[in-house]
Amino acid sequence: MTESRVQSKGAVEARAMLHTSPHLRIAPSVDIIMRNVVWAMLPICAFSVFQFGISSLALIVTCTLACIGTEHLICRLSDKPSTTRDWSVAITGILLALTLPPSFPLWMAVVASVVGVAIGKLFFGGLGHNVMNPALVGRAFAQAAFTGPLTTWTPYLAEGRFTEFIPSTLTLPFLRPNSITEWLAHTAPDAFTGATPLALMKFEQVSTNGIQLLIGTTAGSAGETSAGLILICGIYLMIRKMADWRIPFWILLTAFVTSGVFYKIDPNLYPDPLFTLCSGGLMLGAVFMATDMVASPVTPLGVVLYGILIGFITVIIRLFGGLTEGVMYAILLANACSPLISAVTQPRIYGAVKPKKGQP
Amino acid sequence: MTEELNPSAPTLPKSRNLIITLAGIAMISGLLVVLTFQLTLPRITQNRQDALERAVFTVLPFAETRTNYLLTEAGLEELPDADFAKANVFAGYDQTGTLTGLAMEASARGYQDVVKILYGYAPDTECVVGITVLESRETPGLGDKVDSDPDFLDNFACLDAKLTPDGSTVINAIETVKHGKKTNEWQIDAISGATITSTAVGNALSESTQTMLPLLAKHRNSLKTHKESELSSKE
Amino acid sequence: MIKDPRAPEPLGWKTFSQGIWKENPVFVMLLGLCPVLAVTNTAMNALAMGLATTFVLVCSGVLVSLLRKVIPKQVRIASYIIIIATFVTITDYAIQAISLDLYKALGAFVQLIVVNCIILGRAEAYASKNTVVNALVNALGMGVGFTFALLCLGVVREVLGSGTLFEVTLFGPSFQPWAVFVLPPGGFFVLAMWLFLFSYVRKRRARIQELKKEVSHAA
Repeated sequence: MTESRVQSKGAVEARAMLHTSPHLRIAPSVDIIMRNVVWAMLPICAFSVFQFGISSLALIVTCTLACIGTEHLICRLSDKPSTTRDWSVAITGILLALTLPPSFPLWMAVVASVVGVAIGKLFFGGLGHNVMNPALVGRAFAQAAFTGPLTTWTPYLAEGRFTEFIPSTLTLPFLRPNSITEWLAHTAPDAFTGATPLALMKFEQVSTNGIQLLIGTTAGSAGETSAGLILICGIYLMIRKMADWRIPFWILLTAFVTSGVFYKIDPNLYPDPLFTLCSGGLMLGAVFMATDMVASPVTPLGVVLYGILIGFITVIIRLFGGLTEGVMYAILLANACSPLISAVTQPRIYGAVKPKKGQP
Repeated sequence: MTEELNPSAPTLPKSRNLIITLAGIAMISGLLVVLTFQLTLPRITQNRQDALERAVFTVLPFAETRTNYLLTEAGLEELPDADFAKANVFAGYDQTGTLTGLAMEASARGYQDVVKILYGYAPDTECVVGITVLESRETPGLGDKVDSDPDFLDNFACLDAKLTPDGSTVINAIETVKHGKKTNEWQIDAISGATITSTAVGNALSESTQTMLPLLAKHRNSLKTHKESELSSKE
Repeated sequence: MIKDPRAPEPLGWKTFSQGIWKENPVFVMLLGLCPVLAVTNTAMNALAMGLATTFVLVCSGVLVSLLRKVIPKQVRIASYIIIIATFVTITDYAIQAISLDLYKALGAFVQLIVVNCIILGRAEAYASKNTVVNALVNALGMGVGFTFALLCLGVVREVLGSGTLFEVTLFGPSFQPWAVFVLPPGGFFVLAMWLFLFSYVRKRRARIQELKKEVSHAA
């Protein structure tokens, strides 16, 4: 596949031999790729701010600054040059914010950022050595530590969202989140249930309209609601070859097929496959988190296995687990497996003889 | 190991010696263990009984004393006080010796593991009048609130578990509904954020009431409704 | 260091203190981590577990040391296990008699003291080669070191995880507990942080001593 593409490219160039030197191009460096990923995420951030207001903006800014600050500080403490300039930590911050509920208290977001960057990335040796996606490590910690606030959802397009913070956002450090009952009463009079499409599906067997899911007019984490927008941003990255298209492709395909099988068995009990693709954080996870260059496998076959693993586990957790959403744990699990996947799926070197068993 | 194969090493002691040593040590051990067991047994039994009594009196508000029963398909059998571990129904009596209610165990799968509860049942109003958690590994701060959240425990002021007139089944099975959606007397209003554990409590109650209450109705005659009067009639 | 391993060590402060700092079973030797991670969700559980282990450690150490000349080498491990199991059973009954709630909180980990490698390790490496008094003092030191380590974890986990210390509420009712520290993953996080701290302090000390040596050499 890759080979044929190279050949056809060569053929095109052979026809149009109007090339001056230099003919060699430098592969885009880490910071260029990372900067492009940040650009690709900005529309999602903008939509999140439009949808959830200044609380969402505060969340994104806080997470990003906290992540950059943590990385800078730890680099300084260990007498190493600061690595904040490669933009990767900014991605971590933005991604983390996008996976948190818009009403999440800012101090908890700072805790999640510090844990994600310090434990998830720098303790392993920094960029290139982290086993798991740092943003997801931070979120997993937050989910285990602050389960309540992390599963508190607020209405989308709430009234006065650009002039007023959600009360719980501005909770003082180490305190329980401020109550949002009063705020809910005057912003969403028509009985907001506080449930995401996934929770509605799981506990009440109520499906949400597909168009709504695509546009993003649902409750949910700050940046996971609009499946369509995420897909467009992802496609931009893939066209610019800044992300591996095969990983999201295999994740989404596997999720589609797996949930399709269950849907065929009992359409009343299980969600339809399109709902599975567009609801929750699957799209955001598949496009921006599973594609983390460090924590995903490097071999062509490995990438396929990795994608299948994530798609399958996500659907299984969603349908049969106690949680409503399984993308985070699916990706973390696959991250942990990816060195193994890479090792098993090493392509044979041309002409090399396979070593016999028992010999080094 | 290699040492033993070496001919210059000291010869192996006779296996008889080894056996005697081990047997000796085992005897000392046995003696110590039996001694401790004998010494601590009364305290341990007392502790277990106290824990059970505390639980029974939590779910039956006015109870002061209890009697153990074993309820099976065959009948309702009164057990002596020492056999409390075998009992599955505990009858509670108030100061005057009148039956205030029955405490029974129930369990269902929760978020982490099986949640085991003890619930109180008042035969005169046919209501579940209280619950307490005996065993649970639910998430601290969320699932474990079922034992302490006052709003949740308010569900069990009088949770309807009425039997059909012929006593064969419960009219309305107990069920858990989402927070704020309770409309009927037999519904449990879940704790928001701990729906799964709340549902587990509901499932446990539903299952236990549907099997135990019809049985209880069948063998109602063997249940003493008055403790003192029973004693006085014997005299 | 060449000396006859069978020669009894002289009794000294070191006999006691090595278990607390230099050879701390948890922070230095990384032994017995199962209870360290599992039952340190509250300070009370940690303390109870530490004391239970110390009791078994001391009693089995003394008995092994008393019988060290009687037990043939071939059956020594079997004998040690029997002795340790005896004291574990005794502890198990004792805890049930003291408090049923505590017994429930500690769960299977009281019985599992029997396979705690610290105890068998001490019996094999120390008590079987030293006098009764030495064995007693050494086991006591190890027990104190183990209890100290458990408390280090238990205190952090209880304060952050439930906002209490020995069930006394420390902060106001609006304190947000970090549930993760009461859950099993919290054990790993806190243990890692303590190990980090201990090795940081040890390395710093070693560096300072090296520098001092260099300075004295130069002088």
